[in-house]
Amino acid sequence: MTQASAEGDASGPMLAADGTPLKKSLARALRLQKMRALMLIAPLLLFVLVTFIAPIADMLFRSVENEIVSETLPRTTAALADWDGQGLPPEGVYEDAFYDLYMAAERKEHTRLGTRLNYEMTGASSLMRKSGRGLDDIGEVYQDQFEDLDKNWDEAQPWAELMGDPEWLTDQAAWEKGDRMPKFTLRDGIADLLPKTAEQYEAFALYQQEEEAKSPLKEEPWSAVHTALYEDLKAGDLSGYTGPRAEMLIAADALVDSPDFETVSFADGFVEMDEDWAQPEIWKTIKLYAPDYTSGYFLNSVDMQLTPEGVEMRPENERIYILLFKRTIFMSLVITGSCILLAYPVAYILSNLPSRQANLLMILVLLPFWTSLLVRTSAWKVMLQQQGVINDVLVWLGLIADDSRLVMINNQFGTIVAMTHILLPFMILPMYSVMSTIPPTYVRAAKSLGATNWTTFWRVYFPQSIPGIGAGSILVFILSIGYYITPEIVGGTTGTFISNRIAYHISSSLNWGLAAALGAILLAVVLILYWAYDRIVGIDNVKLG
Amino acid sequence: MKLTKTLLASTALTVAAGSAFAQDMADSMTLVSWGGAYQASQDKAYAQPYVAEHPDVTVSWDESSNEAVAKLRAMNEAGNITWDLVDVVAADAIRLCDEGLAMEYDPDELLAPADDGTDASDDFGDLIVSDCFIPQIVYSTTVGYRTDLVGDTPPTEICALFDMDAYPGKRALEKRPINNMEWALYCDGVAKDDIYDVLETPEGQDQALAKLDTIKDQVVWWSAGADTPQLLADGEVVMGSTYNGRLFSVIEEQDQPVGMLWDMQVFDLDGWIIPTGLSDEALARVKDFVYFATDTQRLADQAKYISYGPARMSSAPLVGQHADLGIDMAPHMPTDPENSKNTLLYNYEFWADYRDDIDAKFQAWLAQ
Repeated sequence: MTQASAEGDASGPMLAADGTPLKKSLARALRLQKMRALMLIAPLLLFVLVTFIAPIADMLFRSVENEIVSETLPRTTAALADWDGQGLPPEGVYEDAFYDLYMAAERKEHTRLGTRLNYEMTGASSLMRKSGRGLDDIGEVYQDQFEDLDKNWDEAQPWAELMGDPEWLTDQAAWEKGDRMPKFTLRDGIADLLPKTAEQYEAFALYQQEEEAKSPLKEEPWSAVHTALYEDLKAGDLSGYTGPRAEMLIAADALVDSPDFETVSFADGFVEMDEDWAQPEIWKTIKLYAPDYTSGYFLNSVDMQLTPEGVEMRPENERIYILLFKRTIFMSLVITGSCILLAYPVAYILSNLPSRQANLLMILVLLPFWTSLLVRTSAWKVMLQQQGVINDVLVWLGLIADDSRLVMINNQFGTIVAMTHILLPFMILPMYSVMSTIPPTYVRAAKSLGATNWTTFWRVYFPQSIPGIGAGSILVFILSIGYYITPEIVGGTTGTFISNRIAYHISSSLNWGLAAALGAILLAVVLILYWAYDRIVGIDNVKLG
Repeated sequence: MKLTKTLLASTALTVAAGSAFAQDMADSMTLVSWGGAYQASQDKAYAQPYVAEHPDVTVSWDESSNEAVAKLRAMNEAGNITWDLVDVVAADAIRLCDEGLAMEYDPDELLAPADDGTDASDDFGDLIVSDCFIPQIVYSTTVGYRTDLVGDTPPTEICALFDMDAYPGKRALEKRPINNMEWALYCDGVAKDDIYDVLETPEGQDQALAKLDTIKDQVVWWSAGADTPQLLADGEVVMGSTYNGRLFSVIEEQDQPVGMLWDMQVFDLDGWIIPTGLSDEALARVKDFVYFATDTQRLADQAKYISYGPARMSSAPLVGQHADLGIDMAPHMPTDPENSKNTLLYNYEFWADYRDDIDAKFQAWLAQ
């Protein structure tokens, strides 16, 4: 052996039977073992990742995600970036907003944007809905005049010939339903000649092809294209144009230059749709929420708000979330405390009784645990309400007068009572399993050495039962901090938790971003408390059995 | 990502367009409603007769209307719509339409004309409050009271809610600003036509909350429609707001000592929406069902089982007697001329805008 190792030292690393270095071979064996273990748990790991971690991460991500504004209004948000925020934005921004909103309205995305902006600015919802309907009023001013000049301006084919690549035109004409559509391409040079029109027509054609599966040869362009054409004709001189449909285009150019041609500025058109477009507020809001990520939801969830002037507290009469966070933590602590007080004696008796009686008692503890949560909560309603069992008994006993019945529900008291009852088994069970492992001989030994009952309990028994209290407290506290149904039913207004607001924003107001931010904060609070618990008590000191 | 999705969708559309003419219909349907007596009335008036005519179709119900908007949004994001037809209140229908989650439809194409040939769009009239909303019933939120707890002069008007001297005791109100704010302003002397103008302003909102403040410590706030009838039956509250159909059931079916007010009842609508993104077969079946279930007779039939008014004008004369009790249903309809002398119509546009803002204030006020 010594000889072998000496030999190994002399001639390099120690070798395994097959000649590879022992270190390498060992590492390989270990890696294989680890891989095998990983393969064994892989299904579970994947399951947890896919069904638990990923959805939570996705949900939390919504608390900062804000792409809807810049996706729906790409040109407007870009243009507003250069705006100083004083007064109203220049006409060019209105023009960009017109094209953006026109496209959004066609895709039916403008109302979704309205809902988003309404969280920040009251009235944005109907502003967007109205604007979606009203944009055509601007475009039709031009559409009608071009159409009066030449019917072809309201036909699909001439437009396609004017704007489309000849090769594409042939392909598209040969296209039949069910085939793959040849993707629209602009004719060479048209983008230089009519830049805005080209852009709008291309957007129109691609929308028809990709989302409606319709041929641009068959669909008349919408009025945003006519509006763009007017802008181009106004800006440039086209009298020398010789491409396809030259006559039609040159005539239109002449029409635009004539003094009779009716025009409307974008700003006026917008104000015509809704007065709110003449207020700086909507523009400021769009500018403020243009970035893809926002801190707005998180600020909202701590009663602050993002304003053009910076971050500030919300008005006094709108602050609610900090109050609810504090209340949630305070009440969860009270519930945990009352659970400890009630559960400790029960668990003690359970673990010290002969097993036959203990089992019977155990069933009494578990029976409510198996009953539906709703049933138990509703039962508390029957017990605690003013015409309920407890009040009736007290009145019958003459302890209280009939007209001064106790208010025990729809307030904090009701929530604490009902939730303590509901969460009690989560405290009793870990306590019981810890207590039943404490050897009775320790207690007897302490007593035989002269300790009083109290000293025996406090110095010998209690310290050994602490891991059970710890485990139960963590369970109960974390469960109660996220509780929702019971506070909703018996909490009234002073006994509701932050989770009730989260549920409201998820299912009622649909402000998922705010719900995600509130949830993220709640999760962070729990993790911090868990960390603090670990530092103070030590997580190794927690035993579930 | 987005491009592939649209490309996929467009190819799916083109493929589907070819087969649309075959008129294949799915042979099962999932309808979503509110559960309880209301869903039962729909089942008896619409679904059962339809299945009797089409024995190969199975209809299943899902009691999720309460959170239909959130669930539809989640289904849409997951790309898996499992519902075929969803019953929602009009405000939710507007939001679903805004979000692109409900399908826009053409009333005259999808819905049957009235018996006298009137177009559906005229027969339903203004009640089609959104391009996606297929109206079904008119219901109202109103106030019920304990007849044995209000003394010799039972309340006749809404402001009894705020009259603590004449009617002491607890009240049940819904835990949301809608309806409560309107009633508060009305009882604080604001003219009915001005309510929403006042409520638009922060001062008006404060005024409404100040009025509600006078009864705040006597209010039990409810969030489920079944709460108020239960609280009334238990004698926990003297009066409380709830849906008129719930009060009908407490008064006429369960024979409790409860009376109801029609004064300042707030009209609201309930109806169907068709989710976007259904397969062609499913859509064909749903359209067939909707055509059947919203015709004049069928809407009138529903009133046999529940006291909500049919949304078609032509259905009103056909409303008959209650299926079990045998009493005339017409006087129990919120739309009956006797009952609708002083009413308010839910202002959809206003609440779509102000819901987030006023709700924040209302909840902050509640929590104080």
